[in-house]
Amino acid sequence: MSTHLEQLYQEVILDHNKNPRNFGELPSANAYSHGHNPLCGDDYHLYLSIDDEGIIQDIRFSGTGCAISKSSASMMTAVLKKKTLEEAKSMAASFLELITQDSVSENTRSMLGRLKIFEGVKKFPVRVKCAMLIWRALEDAMKHRSEKNKGIVTTEEKE
Amino acid sequence: MHHEELTRSMEQRQRTQKRGESSFNVEKSRLDFPMLRRSVHGKQLVYLDNAATTQKPTQVLDRMDRFYREEYATVRRGVYGLSQEATEYCHETRKRCQTFLNASSADEIIFTKGTTEAINLLATSYGEKFLHEKDEVLVATTEHHSNIVPWQRLCEKKRAQLRVIPVNDQGEILLEEFKKLLNAQTKIVSVAHVSNALGIIHPIEEITKLAHRAGAVVVIDGAQAAAHLPIDVQRIDCDFYAFSGHKTFGPTGIGVLYGKQKWLESMDPYQGGGDMISSVTFEKITYAPPPAKFEAGTPAIAEIIGLGAALEYLEQFSFDALHAHEQRLLQAATEAIASSGKIKIIGNGQTKVGIISFVMEGIHPHDIGTILDQEGVAVRAGHHCAQPTMDRFGIPATTRISFALYNTFDDVEKLLEGMNQVKKVFGI
Repeated sequence: MSTHLEQLYQEVILDHNKNPRNFGELPSANAYSHGHNPLCGDDYHLYLSIDDEGIIQDIRFSGTGCAISKSSASMMTAVLKKKTLEEAKSMAASFLELITQDSVSENTRSMLGRLKIFEGVKKFPVRVKCAMLIWRALEDAMKHRSEKNKGIVTTEEKE
Repeated sequence: MHHEELTRSMEQRQRTQKRGESSFNVEKSRLDFPMLRRSVHGKQLVYLDNAATTQKPTQVLDRMDRFYREEYATVRRGVYGLSQEATEYCHETRKRCQTFLNASSADEIIFTKGTTEAINLLATSYGEKFLHEKDEVLVATTEHHSNIVPWQRLCEKKRAQLRVIPVNDQGEILLEEFKKLLNAQTKIVSVAHVSNALGIIHPIEEITKLAHRAGAVVVIDGAQAAAHLPIDVQRIDCDFYAFSGHKTFGPTGIGVLYGKQKWLESMDPYQGGGDMISSVTFEKITYAPPPAKFEAGTPAIAEIIGLGAALEYLEQFSFDALHAHEQRLLQAATEAIASSGKIKIIGNGQTKVGIISFVMEGIHPHDIGTILDQEGVAVRAGHHCAQPTMDRFGIPATTRISFALYNTFDDVEKLLEGMNQVKKVFGI
């Protein structure tokens, strides 16, 4: 097996794909977004319950898609629980840096913790959109929190 | 039953056309395709996405190159020799298309950008003129979006109704249901010769006969058929037939719409511009007769010439030798895939071209596609622009492999090795 493939499909990623954490709807959610990549079919709903202090009290997701998108969603929800919105925002930026930039700072890596196993996605540019989809949905949910957001975000490029 | 149709039409094709060798030498044909010598991720390319687009033989590449380097000029304007020659080359392709489809006249051949544009042309030039409120258009469940969306838009505009012919669990059109759908309001029946996502060959002669009995015109989307099956539009008796150059070993940006002369004459033009008129004043326009009426503007000259070279390339083979070769690949791959467990083939109908769409338990098609790509194997993963087909089978996407004449048993082997790799990565 190529080392690139081994780095992409690591055991932790495959485990989250098979047994996604925080999977299902969240009736108490007060922030929501829908991430959909129509060309490849990845399709997720993200639910957040954010308290008055801006702390993510609960977060869940539902939907279908490939191993990369699903494990990314599963691990993101696991990491973001009890984090502040500010922390979530900077994590999203760091995650994007991790999977798209040639050189990633040690700071970014240590901030991302176990999420850094997604670095292998970098070698598969066409799959970056899979890993990013749920993070775009997160940004969208946080941004439009007060507007009863019904929008759809995508990470597929417009030509 | 349409298996017989196929055999009959192949026999006829053999009789009416003198074609080259009856046994097909795949290794020899591979030498014609430079792309097949490429490697991907350090592995020899195994190209199994032919339903999306086919690779091009040197004969096509060289012909287009020569035209641009040594013969280039515009068409239909020619007081000068070069232009007259270019016009003649395009006409040769038109005649070749006539023979390829067995149309009764070269004037029944319209050049378009591809199958998609051909169907859009029909929805505009035929549909907007002849379809009325409450009329009905019929398409099959398993159509490509390009044979759904133009009709949907037309029906919305005309307050007509788009109705859908159901398919069985093998992806085959249910003829009895089709008969029930036909009625006096049915004005257009548009079906694929071969479904793109599943590879099922539809009984288009029978469909045409039934539709005509109900008074509807018949459009056949031949995008997935042209490189694999003999086509005889007079035998089918369809009113329109479309195919794309790039899926038939020719260039992108060129396709063909065949239409019966009587319809082409009564239809409205598609676009306005140069070449589609006989005379223009600010008071009155007289349109040119077909096919020029539907070909406004300078055409894709090099692509037309390239398409001619592609059809000429195909002419050296007998279609039943090609068909037999592709069927052997299809059978070998189907058996291997079906017996490997955890895999379900979607659309396992009786008569198919070399297309296999499948889903694998617990593994998304995109992950399969990525892993196969690392092994040099190019396949398609997704909904194949046929979302209603995916909905019919309750799946978001499939992995699709599709063969062309240059594929080999070795390619099938490589695919299976790749599939083993997929299983290994996912630990199943």
